[in-house]
Amino acid sequence: MIATDPVLLRLIDRIREAGSRQGALDIRGGGTKAFYGEAPCGEPLDTAELAGISVYEPSELVITARAGTPLAELEAEIGTRGQCLPFEPPRFGAGGTVGGMVAAGLSGPARASAGALRDHVLGVTLLDGRADVLTFGGQVMKNVAGYDVSRVMAGSWGVLGVICEVSLKVLPAARATATLSFECDERQALGRLHAWSAQALPLSASSWHAGRLTLRLAGAAAAVGAARNTLGGVEIAPAMAETWWVALRDHRHEFFHLGASELESGECLWRISVPAVAAPLDLPGSQFIEWGGAQRWWRSRAPAVELRDTATRAGGHATLVRAADKAAGAFTRPAEPLMRIHRSLKQAFDPAGVFNRGRLYADF
Amino acid sequence: MNAAPPSIAPVDSPQRAARQAEVAAALAAALPHEAILVRHEDTAAYECDGLTAYKASPLVVVLPETASQVQAVLRICHSLGCPVVARGAGTGLSGGALPHRFGVTLSLAKFNKILEIDPVGCTAVVQCGVRNLAISEAAAVHGLYYAPDPSSQIACTIGGNVAENSGGVHCLKYGLTAHNVRGVRGFTVSGDEVAFGSGALDAPGLDLMSLVLGSEGMLAVTMEVTVKLTPKPQLARCIMASFRDVESAGAAVADIIAQGIIPAGLELMDQLMTAVAEDFVHAGYDLEAAAILLCESDGTADEVAEEVERMTRVLTASGASRIEVSRDEAQRLKFWSGRKNAFPASGGISPDYMCMDSTIPRKRLAEMLRAIEAMSRKYALRCVNVFHAGDGNLHPLILFDANDPDEMRRCERFGAEILETSVHLGGTVTGEHGVGVEKLNSMCVQFSPAERERMMAVKRAFDPGELLNPGKVIPTLQRCAEYGKMHVHRGMLAFPELPRF
Repeated sequence: MIATDPVLLRLIDRIREAGSRQGALDIRGGGTKAFYGEAPCGEPLDTAELAGISVYEPSELVITARAGTPLAELEAEIGTRGQCLPFEPPRFGAGGTVGGMVAAGLSGPARASAGALRDHVLGVTLLDGRADVLTFGGQVMKNVAGYDVSRVMAGSWGVLGVICEVSLKVLPAARATATLSFECDERQALGRLHAWSAQALPLSASSWHAGRLTLRLAGAAAAVGAARNTLGGVEIAPAMAETWWVALRDHRHEFFHLGASELESGECLWRISVPAVAAPLDLPGSQFIEWGGAQRWWRSRAPAVELRDTATRAGGHATLVRAADKAAGAFTRPAEPLMRIHRSLKQAFDPAGVFNRGRLYADF
Repeated sequence: MNAAPPSIAPVDSPQRAARQAEVAAALAAALPHEAILVRHEDTAAYECDGLTAYKASPLVVVLPETASQVQAVLRICHSLGCPVVARGAGTGLSGGALPHRFGVTLSLAKFNKILEIDPVGCTAVVQCGVRNLAISEAAAVHGLYYAPDPSSQIACTIGGNVAENSGGVHCLKYGLTAHNVRGVRGFTVSGDEVAFGSGALDAPGLDLMSLVLGSEGMLAVTMEVTVKLTPKPQLARCIMASFRDVESAGAAVADIIAQGIIPAGLELMDQLMTAVAEDFVHAGYDLEAAAILLCESDGTADEVAEEVERMTRVLTASGASRIEVSRDEAQRLKFWSGRKNAFPASGGISPDYMCMDSTIPRKRLAEMLRAIEAMSRKYALRCVNVFHAGDGNLHPLILFDANDPDEMRRCERFGAEILETSVHLGGTVTGEHGVGVEKLNSMCVQFSPAERERMMAVKRAFDPGELLNPGKVIPTLQRCAEYGKMHVHRGMLAFPELPRF
């Protein structure tokens, strides 16, 4: 059946052709995350035509879709059956695709409670550098047959192959939600978040910025109601709360907007991923905290090395998300034994180095 | 208790004896005398794991006590080109820890310390040899627990759980090992220190931890694991629902999920299994039922009350012939006791049983059970079924007598047919027990030659000399050719626009 699929055949031809002349291909879905990571390089390899939901079984909690399927279309489809992607994938613009979502591996506000994108990838069909169609994982929840290559594709930024189709675990949307707001400083906010997360509370998302802690509860109506009464704070009206969490998810909040002049002046947007219990980070600039303290966005003019050292000392790592100049590297490099494994994996899946050259690490 | 080829007789060739002496002498530079076992009577206890039908005598067994000793063992074995098979409690069910006749079995049982429990960050850092249940016991004082609960949780170690990506009865709601592990520290095959994941929620670069989890000890040696701890729910209640036929029990499972309910546990037992379990534990199961569903709700008292009411409504509408809700914790545990003792109970009615572990899409359950019934007649062997219905993971237990060579052969063919049928129905040959050596042939059916070759390339990316637990999980091309079954094509369907809902 695969051999008869004209869209797949075209991709196979392009990959073979590029491989034969040492060419570089830039795998593109909606292009909404082109700003993230290192700069794309090579001729665009468009996955848009590889679109459509292949199978959706609400009672199996699984949806299988082709890479070029718009994320908005997939989320709308599962929404009609009261289901959702629990990790709340960000949409940085209209037209983002399912393949791009998986390749970037980014998760939204619910990450700390609902798990990451990679936790919901059940299976992937990909085209590797030899243009072989390979399927790993499957459409079932539990599967330990062989290495979990499908989950490595999550957050791989396309360096191992073209994601063609992906099966995702979906879950019922929460029956009730409530958003509470508290005035407090960073230290108090982190203290409260840590205390709450150790209790059986229906926490769903959290943020702290400019002296305000915002908390989302989600779950059974009884649990949300009880938690709202226990935790106090000021309840935010549902429509306003929804706007808040979507703005945060999609970086539409003004904190994430760095204008040309700000970028020119050397201001950068950093994402720092640390253990939730890490103490407040001592950095110049302004901050937006998410994930119960585990994700800390910084707008800062401090040198990259200062951000990276601070993140490392706190047990985490730093990603340079927006900057006029990413010479310092967008992503933190893993230690050498791990880099060696990275290079071998790249060699195994993309020996000619066709895909997304330099997108993850400049020399990779 | 499983059917398999006979173990290799411990008759030493001169080459093997010489190699044994060479490897043991090299290891003596790194370990005290008593931490190196070579005599057959000392190594016999390590000949197999929980899959006792596969046995092999290890060349040497080492029992290091410190991380630097493990590192030294790996460096020595690496320089000698000697295979290393890491081993925890040896409770695995697929022969993943089966020794290599020319390899060192690296017992990590002495690494049994809980290094840190962080009740604020809800994490624990534990050594690889810590038992699964010991983590929850140590965390209980903080109102926390470690969620994955494989049925061997009293004995199995976290290092083994990482190797197998172990599940349990609460996976649907709380996830597998992979969803509850933050970081793994250990050594590469050459003894380099390595850390996968981190204390944060992600790590830079490719997600190598996803590969290590479930890799059956073939990519790295796990020494230390950072696990996520979960706040203990205040309350749990279990519904026991009877059904007159398996189809309506299967439909009830789909109905519950379709109503947006994710039970804490959702288990199905067929009639024969129910009878066997009832005889063993006297849980009060309905012996008239063709199938029994155990459906659990946990959370706050209000939450559980709300959910149990919804579950009861769905189960009734789906045709449950009898419904009983646990009154208290004692009764809840009683409901579960039969399910949790399904394996030993089956051992009571048959000299041997072989436990299968495939996963299928839930909607194919009734079809699968009918197919198993037909196979049971075809191979003239009894089979009882327990099913993690929430996540589609099926455990048929084929009852047989290993002393009867013909029964044993029929049992093996029966098992292989179940696995192949599972792949044909869109499932997988192993949901939580791993491939080990037991399901090597079935991997030929599930994966194409190119897919298996890429898996080997993944192994070589971590372990270029193929020294860590070689021969497990990925069958060779030759083996698949000899097995002679075609790979079942999975993956992309052409014409996705056609409705297949």
